[in-house]
Amino acid sequence: MTSKISRRAFLKGSITAAGSVVATTGIARAAKSITREKQEPLVTLLDISKCIGCEECVFACQQANADKYPEPEKPFPKMYPTSKVPVEDWSDKKDVIDRLTPYNWLFIQHASAIVNGEQIDLTIPRRCMHCDNPPCVKLCPWGSAKQEENGLSRIDPDLCLGGSKCKTVCPWKIPERQTGTGLYLNLLPAFAGNGVMYKCDRCYNRLEKGEVPACIEACPEDVQTIGPRSEILKKAHALAREMNGYIYGENENGGTNTIYVSPVPFEELNKSIEKGKGKPHLNKVKDMMADGTNLAKAMILAPIAGVAAAFGKFYLSSKEDK
Amino acid sequence: MKTTGKTRKYIYTITLFFITLSGFAQMPIFKRYYIADIPGFGWLAQFYVTHIMHYIAAIVLIALVTYILIDFMFNRSRLIKITRTGYLGILVLAGLIVTGVLMVFKNLSNIYFGHTTIIVLDLTHLSLCMMLLFVSFYSVIRKKSWVI
Ligand code: SF4
Ligand code: SF4
Ligand code: SF4
Repeated sequence: MTSKISRRAFLKGSITAAGSVVATTGIARAAKSITREKQEPLVTLLDISKCIGCEECVFACQQANADKYPEPEKPFPKMYPTSKVPVEDWSDKKDVIDRLTPYNWLFIQHASAIVNGEQIDLTIPRRCMHCDNPPCVKLCPWGSAKQEENGLSRIDPDLCLGGSKCKTVCPWKIPERQTGTGLYLNLLPAFAGNGVMYKCDRCYNRLEKGEVPACIEACPEDVQTIGPRSEILKKAHALAREMNGYIYGENENGGTNTIYVSPVPFEELNKSIEKGKGKPHLNKVKDMMADGTNLAKAMILAPIAGVAAAFGKFYLSSKEDK
Repeated sequence: MKTTGKTRKYIYTITLFFITLSGFAQMPIFKRYYIADIPGFGWLAQFYVTHIMHYIAAIVLIALVTYILIDFMFNRSRLIKITRTGYLGILVLAGLIVTGVLMVFKNLSNIYFGHTTIIVLDLTHLSLCMMLLFVSFYSVIRKKSWVI
């Protein structure tokens, strides 16, 4: 974890550094007043060694979220330039469950590996990782992708224009597009937008009611556990120690709210799983927002540099006058 | 002091060009409308590149604006006057910087702004950018100076 800075550290830094520049301090205060108090994010732990690949979680997800699925209007409006705007239509392929689609936010990935000289098959439930600092949310140009204080991220189907930027910037390319639905139809459908992006929203509406996500509840093997980050991380590490296993998701993309524990190294699993469209990898992922975070720190120094330059000039010209 | 004035204008123009370009690149439009296909412009479709570029240009802009502000307060407030177009331009720039800095802050890890706040920030930033472009073009075309 290289470049994580807490809000308090950031504010403290900005207030001290900008001591001489009233404007910056004011901004920091304003910023503090519109961010709310932090709550510990909820994290899910997935014990891959327990998963039997029964796909109960996949069906539970579909059932629980069916009313969120798109009902696109057909025929789709023509979108220009036609060679550049792909029509992505999953509305006739709702039964596809071996990859992520706008109608399937969770699927089971298959891997085989050799453990203690024996070949074993593993099944891995895959969906959005709910990153700590989700690029899909932070880089969405309209604020259509949102992150809640409990750490989950979701895309608002009433606001998303389907430009797919969230997918481009997601290190796992998780969100999937359905053309012919959403706000863009009421704007300039021929020239801007292309539907709505869909992905796991960690059953935010069930969480609001105090229920656990559908996939967690449905699993007969109790593969998933959900809880506050510190507690889940402790559990994950204990579990990894116990099975002499490996962890994925704790540091990927600067940290996520999804922690996989596996008896097989993730590099091995990554080699074995089928990857491609709608089928995310298990690579190591660097913190995609790290450069931005570092530049944000540098930004605190910008007004100070400006003040220094102005006083430098003042000093030089007063010297010249003498 | 003629030369510093020129350098200042030069830096401001280049920064404004890149900050506007990288700003518009935050919307997924350059790929759709062939601009990223122009040789040498492919980076316009790379969101992480344009994101970083926008931040760097913002750092230069904030430093420059602070410099001009302090320089004006201490050295030049008796020599020059800000025009009405100037005040409008300054107001819009200030708005862009404030909303921009808030968005940089929002993009840090573990920072949660309200959903509506984020949408308002996004749209205000975009509208102010359009206004700045308008004021700048108006100033250039009608030869309106921000200061006299
Ligand atoms: S329901 Fe549980 S055991 Fe079945 S596939 Fe999903 S995670 Fe694995
Ligand atoms: S995994 Fe992708 S879609 Fe999910 S929160 Fe992270 S960046 Fe967003
Ligand atoms: S948390 Fe909810 S939306 Fe996400 S995969 Fe599980 S059931 Fe589906």
